[in-house]
Amino acid sequence: MFDYETLRVIWWLFMGVLICGFILSGGFDLGVGILLPFFGRDDMQRRVMLNTIGPTWEGNQVWLVTLGGAMFAVWPLVYATLFSGLYLAMILVLFTLFLRPPAFDYRGKLESPKWRSTWDWVLFTGSAVPTLLLGVLVGNLIRGVPFHLNHELRSFYDGSFFDLLNPFSLLCGVLAVLLLMLHGAIYLQWRTEGELYFRARAFVSKFGVIILGALTLLAIWVLLSMEVYRLPNDALFNAASNPLAKTVEKQSGGWLAHFFLHPWMLFAPIMAYAGLWTAYLLAREHTCRAAFISSCLGLTGVLFTVGFGMFPFLLISSTDPGSSLTIWDASASHLTLSITFWITVVFLPIVLMYTRWAYKVMWGPVTEKMISQDKHGWY
Amino acid sequence: MFTGEEVVNLSRLQFGLTAMYHFLFVPLTLGLSFIIAIMESVYVMTHKEVYKDMAKFWGKLFGINFAMGVTTGLTLEFQFGTNWAYYSHYVGDIFGAILASEGLMAFFLESTLVGLFFFGWNRLTKVQHLSVTWLMAFGTNLSALWILIANGWMQYPVGAEFNYETLRMELTSFADVFFNPVAQVKFVHTVAAGYVTGSMFVLGISAWYMRKRRDLGFARRSFAVATSFGLASVLSVIVLGDESGYSAGETQKVKLAAVEAEWETHEAPAGFTVIGFPDQEAEKTHFAVKIPYVLGLIATRSVDEEVKGLTELRTENIDKIRNGMIAYRELEKMRGGDQSPETRALFEEHKNNLGHALLLKRYIDDVSQADEAMIRQAAKDSLPRVAPLFWTFRVMVACGFLMLFIFAASFYYCATRRAGQQVWLLRMATWSIPLPWIASEMGWFVAENGRQPWTISGVLPTFLSASEISPSDVYMSLIGFAVFYTALLVVELFLMFKFIRLGPSSLHTGKYHFESAETPATAH
Repeated sequence: MFDYETLRVIWWLFMGVLICGFILSGGFDLGVGILLPFFGRDDMQRRVMLNTIGPTWEGNQVWLVTLGGAMFAVWPLVYATLFSGLYLAMILVLFTLFLRPPAFDYRGKLESPKWRSTWDWVLFTGSAVPTLLLGVLVGNLIRGVPFHLNHELRSFYDGSFFDLLNPFSLLCGVLAVLLLMLHGAIYLQWRTEGELYFRARAFVSKFGVIILGALTLLAIWVLLSMEVYRLPNDALFNAASNPLAKTVEKQSGGWLAHFFLHPWMLFAPIMAYAGLWTAYLLAREHTCRAAFISSCLGLTGVLFTVGFGMFPFLLISSTDPGSSLTIWDASASHLTLSITFWITVVFLPIVLMYTRWAYKVMWGPVTEKMISQDKHGWY
Repeated sequence: MFTGEEVVNLSRLQFGLTAMYHFLFVPLTLGLSFIIAIMESVYVMTHKEVYKDMAKFWGKLFGINFAMGVTTGLTLEFQFGTNWAYYSHYVGDIFGAILASEGLMAFFLESTLVGLFFFGWNRLTKVQHLSVTWLMAFGTNLSALWILIANGWMQYPVGAEFNYETLRMELTSFADVFFNPVAQVKFVHTVAAGYVTGSMFVLGISAWYMRKRRDLGFARRSFAVATSFGLASVLSVIVLGDESGYSAGETQKVKLAAVEAEWETHEAPAGFTVIGFPDQEAEKTHFAVKIPYVLGLIATRSVDEEVKGLTELRTENIDKIRNGMIAYRELEKMRGGDQSPETRALFEEHKNNLGHALLLKRYIDDVSQADEAMIRQAAKDSLPRVAPLFWTFRVMVACGFLMLFIFAASFYYCATRRAGQQVWLLRMATWSIPLPWIASEMGWFVAENGRQPWTISGVLPTFLSASEISPSDVYMSLIGFAVFYTALLVVELFLMFKFIRLGPSSLHTGKYHFESAETPATAH
């Protein structure tokens, strides 16, 4: 039904939706996980925090799993190059992510305070480390990653693990942690009462400005000095996916120039700023629901800013720009794109429907009273 | 050129380790979810609280197991990219599409509903909660369907062809991939094995309570549900064995011949080697004890079709390798700019054997220049090691029949209302709990090791599939996985044993063994 070129763009957008799905929903789970040992002063408070996300975190994490599967399907070479190239970083993300399911489920199974506080720190690690590393990953995507493809389309990583930990990417990692802590705190404010509510609000008031400051610093860095790559004007959008057949040009002037070439793209950074500022202000004014929605919009804006800034590139090679992968030359076949398109169009709304229902059933403030009434049932 | 042998071997070891760890948890999830759904259905129909307690207690154990299933499952979604990058590029168009469908259709369903299953008891009506439980069970089985379609495609890659422009396999028919006969047979066999696992678990633990004369009403009912579900499942596992899928595609035939240590093609119907000692070098099975006709019946479901032997399959592969060399030669010409229709036609004619020519990459980079010795060696490489397959298959089958006996005996005594009186059977049921796990792990070993030397049967050799990474990186991750997984498994087993010993008293309803007045509570 759609031609190849259109489908390639649609799938870029769908992947953006999947990424947003994870960052917005899995994001507050990660944020709450990071805040857990600091906000929860005793076991009961920590249980309250855990149970604001307990019944739904597992479904939220599936966004990430599906994202992995979808990237495998839609951009096989990106999946292959990114995961093998950043091998140790990815393994570290996995090792820490997979601490989460047992931490949630096993923590409450025994009464021993030592057992419980150990799992709290395990969950903290399983939330903070992946968030930091995913932020570092985004930083490296923006900068470009040292890799090249050989004539068989086999990908070779030309750097080391420590190349990933450059100042710019580390700043991205720290910002990712801060942003998700903010997002998590706003969510907590929405779902709790009393002491926890005020602690969450105090965090937003105190750190909101710092977070926005860090974001501004990063934005200036990217807009003024980050190199932009572009395809020549005669690039083919409908050709078979083979990244070796292209040339890549460098464009001066940073991302700012890129955005001014396509001014409509500026809505993304504007949305990022407006959303996060509003979230900060509304959270202080006790309007939690609106603050949370604003925070979602802000995060979406941040993600799309990165996406637009790189478009049509998916993975930029800093050592061999010709090996860079774009949506035009690293995608799956036309048939796979269209079949997965229809599967997504049919099933994603169904997923959203029952997810919404699950939230609705479990909604309402989580209180100490609620947990003590069924203390063997809740996490 | 290809990645160092060391990285390939380490990555295989890592994949084998992580996949087998994952499959310690999956079959119990598959089986227990349905058993819980059955128990809860009885509760909703009869309003007897004990069935609710059963669903909740077995649900608790289900949860402990499910967490580890999620943990170990995460690895599998990303490990293709980390360790098998060339594989990911080469078949992502098909394989990735299946994994993406799995995420969207199955993972979301089971993971979203599992939260409601645990925390929704007081917030949903009985019927709503029951629907959640059934949908969760359905979701876990749906994910099994998709992953077995993916695995079935690795065994028998239908609905795809090589594209010389993109240098990879591309989808030609999603329906062919979905209705792949090998995948369908595998799905039924695997989920039924999961139901057997769930049943054996519930049966063995209930038998233990009965032997200790604890919580008898609870235990007897659990025992009965597990018995009937288990008997039906174990019969399907055995009757709908995986072998029926071994007739489709070359690798499956090789696997069948290897499992049976069938070196030469015998006249139909072939005899089944019960036991013997396969010798790879001599291509013989020493001290073979054979039952006439049975293999032919199992493998071909007929008395007049022959089962091909390994030596004949190897000879066939020599021709495939030669054809593949032509395809490779023409492919290189096309990539060099030759656009003549003759080149294209010759390539198209032989491209289905391109994979076989790639077996030569171990010995020569430009495989179209391979000599006779290399071709013979590559054909020899095209067969898996026989002895490990021969033995693991027999262990699996033995476990299967042992479980059939236990379920059949339990069913007989349940039906004659004498369940629980035979201490030997109760004891046997408890001690047999590991059997389904042993059988499942052996089964996967047969399926995956029997596919060697291929990752995608006849398409991509394993030694070409790995990532370009350093051995030290894989050593680190491999050791990490071994340590982390084992530590988590120890914690999991500790909790499992604790809650099994505690039994339904862990629900704190005040009705069970450790909660009643005459037995002082020893645990909370």
